[in-house]
Amino acid sequence: MKATCWMSKTDVQVRQVPDPQMLNERDAILRVTSTAICGSDLHLYNGFVPTMKSGDILGHEFMGEIVETGPAVSDLKTGDRVVVPFPISCGACAQCRRGLFSLCENTNPNAWMAEKLWGYSPAGIYGYSHMTGGYAGGQAEYVRVPFADVNPLKIPAGVPDEQVLFLSDILPTGYMGAEMCNIQPGDIIAVWGCGPVGQFAIKSAKVLGAERVIAIDRFPYRLRIARERAGATETINYEEIDLYDALKDLTGGRGPDACIDAVGLEAHLPGALGAYDRLKQATGLESDRPHALREAIMACRSGGTVSVIGVYGGFIDKFPIGSLMNRSITIRTGQCHVQRYMKPLLERIQKGEIDPTFIITHRLPLDDAPRGYEMFVNKEDDCLKVVLTP
Amino acid sequence: MAMQGVTIRDSATSMERRGNGRDGSERLAIGLGWFSIGLGVAELVAPRAVARGIGLREHATSRSLTRFCGLRELAAGVGILRERRPAAWVWSRVLGDVMDLALLGAGFAGRRTNRTRLAAATAAVAGVTIVDALCAQRLTALSRLSMQITAGGTLRVRRRITVNRPADALYRFWRDFSNAPRFMQRVDSVQTTGERRTHWRARGPAGINLEWDADVTEERPNELIAWRSLDTVPFQHSGVVRFEPAPAGRGTVVTVEMEYAPPGGGLTATAATLLGYAPEQQAQEDLRRFKQLMETGLVVLAQPTEASRRSLAAGGAR
Repeated sequence: MKATCWMSKTDVQVRQVPDPQMLNERDAILRVTSTAICGSDLHLYNGFVPTMKSGDILGHEFMGEIVETGPAVSDLKTGDRVVVPFPISCGACAQCRRGLFSLCENTNPNAWMAEKLWGYSPAGIYGYSHMTGGYAGGQAEYVRVPFADVNPLKIPAGVPDEQVLFLSDILPTGYMGAEMCNIQPGDIIAVWGCGPVGQFAIKSAKVLGAERVIAIDRFPYRLRIARERAGATETINYEEIDLYDALKDLTGGRGPDACIDAVGLEAHLPGALGAYDRLKQATGLESDRPHALREAIMACRSGGTVSVIGVYGGFIDKFPIGSLMNRSITIRTGQCHVQRYMKPLLERIQKGEIDPTFIITHRLPLDDAPRGYEMFVNKEDDCLKVVLTP
Repeated sequence: MAMQGVTIRDSATSMERRGNGRDGSERLAIGLGWFSIGLGVAELVAPRAVARGIGLREHATSRSLTRFCGLRELAAGVGILRERRPAAWVWSRVLGDVMDLALLGAGFAGRRTNRTRLAAATAAVAGVTIVDALCAQRLTALSRLSMQITAGGTLRVRRRITVNRPADALYRFWRDFSNAPRFMQRVDSVQTTGERRTHWRARGPAGINLEWDADVTEERPNELIAWRSLDTVPFQHSGVVRFEPAPAGRGTVVTVEMEYAPPGGGLTATAATLLGYAPEQQAQEDLRRFKQLMETGLVVLAQPTEASRRSLAAGGAR
């Protein structure tokens, strides 16, 4: 089959690889009908996630048609259309039972690697380095789905792929980012980053009753989409306007009630501090560039919440712990517990409350995946989201 | 099985060192600390003499290099003597030794060096490196519950995992030793040859085939199973697994403690662990597979293995 393979830093190729095989009785094989490049795939592309090996198949946002099921998968059959959540969960361990699916204790066969870097291991993830399991990803013609009896969500006939594809990751991730803000009537929410996850966080904050949502980015086209499609009430281009000053002004001098970091480890910052962090990252003195997180903490209202859904990998410095501690800021974070949100969000999509297709800017055949990565990483042609069709 | 150096009582656990006595490796560390200080002072005050003594041609670069090494030695020496747990500083000595070996190696390439003296110095540093590494390894093990090397030369491993199943189910599965190959990676087969006796076949380091007989020495249903190998080849070992209910229905805490007496005693054990043999990691991975089997009915795989193909062909792993 054809698959999108990570060959080395900034080198992604579509190659012929062996078809996936059933390894366990709870597996299924999926023929992928739609898949997407995630912003977090760009961290792999740019070489910021350790334990990638040349030839690893990328992709954790995908859906398709079941072509084979193991003997223990009773509620799925060949031909079923499903969306697959990106964290692989067993459904039986204490974390899964609590609904913390991305923290499944059983699905990372390389847990020891994650334990070395993070202390304990989260769940396995498709196509996202060996530290999170070394599972083959879904930017391919076929993919093996472990624990197919508990993870995939069946999609009713008549709902097109593009409406539901993002249930695999970014829509639930954006939604969880807003949900963690515990939005109260009158709340103002600020969202750092207007990539796909940021757009869905803005949309979700509105759906969850935020009075106003302030969108922050440096690309005018992304800010425009945030205003016109996601429902942001205000937008700030931080390369043109002083961010703290603007946020203070927009919030009556008090700061946003909650701040969502939808940026993660490759944040951009103009000026000397940005250059300093780039240098430290390049020389391995810190693994992540945490400007968005620092700003979100500093800008947040005293007693407010900072919700972190942007991906971080390792270690940062100049973390404003004094601001966090003295001002009673709550930090909430996590890889999304996608399985918790898929069904309710599917219902919202079917009712027309959310139309997730507004973020799609490019539709490419799987063969053009390398071009898709290039456009997405360089923000060429106003690229916001690339959907691939095998 | 009491762990050396750490007091574990039934009612409350005190994770502290017991008594004031020093372990042999700690006495050795103190010696290495003073050695570091002595060498450091010599390298700082008389860099020419030191460089000449080890056969290096004396010039400005070798002088400043020698002084730098002296500073490093002093830091390590003071660190070792000041800290209650000097393992990290002894490891820094190992790093320093490697640096010295590299410098000496580079010295051989230089002109006008005294090769005989260089060779003697290299041999001496290589010897010190081994002593440092053994000492650091023993010191590290001294403060760890997961792996210890006792004064008597046995290797003790202890690992715990919490499984979301009641104790009786876990006990039943473990007590049927024929299940062992499904979660103990190195075990190929276990045959029951008597009421309490089993015959084990396993793959040792470097793919050596190992076989031994073992007896269950104690069993308390749903609580504990203890066993001991009857053969001293490949080595005498014993183990115990305990199943304790976690509070408020949070599953069962499974504790495995194993004791190995490798031929050659503690030295073999230390050398093996330095060469990357990690019995505590092996036990951890085996326990992880045990948990996967108990909670999900299968061993979780991302890459195909021969065993997984076989088990699927034979109708699944459940």
